[in-house]
Amino acid sequence: MKLNEEEQAMLAGELGEPKRWALDHMLKVGAMFDAADLVPVSQAHMMADPESLGDAGVGFMEELAAHPAEDRRVAVPMITDPRGVDLERYRPLGQTEEMADLERRFIAACSAMAILMTNTCINYQTIMPPVQGEHVAFGDTGVVIYCNSVLGAYSNFEGGPSALAAGLTGRTPRYGLHLPANRRATKRFTVRHQPGELTDWGVLGAVIGKLSGSYWEVPVVEGLEQVPTSDEVKHFGAAMASYGSTPLFHLVGITPEAPSLAAVGGEGLEAIEVSEQDLSALRSSFGAKGDKVDVVVFAAPQLSLVEMQQVADLCAGRKIHADTALIACTSPSIYYEAQRLGLVETIETAGGRVLEGTCFYNQYAREIGEANGWTRLLSNSAKIVNILGGYGYKPALASMEHCVASACAGEIV
Amino acid sequence: MITLKCHAGIGEVVEGEALVAADDFSARYDLDRINGVFSRPQHKLFGQSYVDKILVLNTSKGGVASAWMLHEMKSRNLSPKAILFNRANTILAQGAALANLTMCDRFEDGDITSLITTGEQVRVDPASGLVTVER
Repeated sequence: MKLNEEEQAMLAGELGEPKRWALDHMLKVGAMFDAADLVPVSQAHMMADPESLGDAGVGFMEELAAHPAEDRRVAVPMITDPRGVDLERYRPLGQTEEMADLERRFIAACSAMAILMTNTCINYQTIMPPVQGEHVAFGDTGVVIYCNSVLGAYSNFEGGPSALAAGLTGRTPRYGLHLPANRRATKRFTVRHQPGELTDWGVLGAVIGKLSGSYWEVPVVEGLEQVPTSDEVKHFGAAMASYGSTPLFHLVGITPEAPSLAAVGGEGLEAIEVSEQDLSALRSSFGAKGDKVDVVVFAAPQLSLVEMQQVADLCAGRKIHADTALIACTSPSIYYEAQRLGLVETIETAGGRVLEGTCFYNQYAREIGEANGWTRLLSNSAKIVNILGGYGYKPALASMEHCVASACAGEIV
Repeated sequence: MITLKCHAGIGEVVEGEALVAADDFSARYDLDRINGVFSRPQHKLFGQSYVDKILVLNTSKGGVASAWMLHEMKSRNLSPKAILFNRANTILAQGAALANLTMCDRFEDGDITSLITTGEQVRVDPASGLVTVER
């Protein structure tokens, strides 16, 4: 890989050990993907919850954070994905002091490196959305697919270590979606059944992700008659990335790189129709009416302020069933707004809980399930029901409205 | 013995027993990392231990957590010895780089999940991009 003088100095350790580690890491990754050089990035976003990090990952961060202040400080603005422990509210969830201590140690290490603890997977709705053509190093697949597809930014999926390397150096290896050639469509889908509410968008994204099936495929979608809202396309992208490891999609006439099918090279591709059977098959694999519900979850991605209002409106004047928990996860900034506007109080008065800066599936989902006796989980997120099967849950999928009604009834309505 | 050529990968030379499936991989979605087994009921390797195996799978899927998770699994000596993919995604490669876990992909002779069988002894040389299978 071609390195300029400053990058060679970083690799030689002349700018401190954290940057040396970062350069070495990027060379390994870049070699695997044949990167010719490094590309400057303007922001980094790191996924790193304590369940994924473990003691080993937290220890690794602490070692980096122990270097002199000028060596350990990130070179570009760097923000974080949701935490695994809401330190204000973890005990009632059945999370342990050990988990909380890992979280505290990690936060201390990040703070020493001047990483901004935004704790959000909806930074494109709440912090600083990138602009078209801007190179960034974002973690969280939902963040990356939204920023690439809807905003036209350039990012690969950056796992925590690589996002950190990018933050420390202000660079990332130039491969994958940093190269315009890799942003052309490779699969073409035609939609005939228009999605309605959020879960419909999630299911459609999930089906297209499943049919795409690889990080290296770029689906282009025709036939959508309505421009989705930010929340709708958020669920669409998050589910697509979850089911397909897909980092980029184009919606013809809607997303910025695809004013036409031809603009993304989609004309010569065979059109695959997304059938009603594809959509209903995906839905029917998750739960059925009359099944008991232990926990109803709104998360993955974290809720926007608009979604918080929707949940609060549905909860207003109702009571969650005594045997069922209702949990909504949002970012710290949205939590503050939702509290200020009385939305948190409305949800809590109904018996629900709002968590701040976490997301249900990355907060020790297996352990909190066991501690609370939760196995039958209901959500409106196609992404979260895909993830939690491996964590010992029996997940079910329903619209937000049906989720709240089911939480009140104690069973899927 | 057969030798399979792939793209140059990450990590050190390792040898071990293959565990193969025509299925995808995510450390977050598919594994019980505490006990070292595949825990997702729909996965073709459900219930099987991946510890010290040369895992051979189609591609990587799902979220970014796998990058830290490979490092965490290796620190407790409860990781595969290597993972071979038809095509890795960025996350798994990044995780392998941090964990110093051996990983290779893009095999010249076709679908790697049909070229290697579970139980075979495999040697992976990522720097040279060579995988040898004893038979």
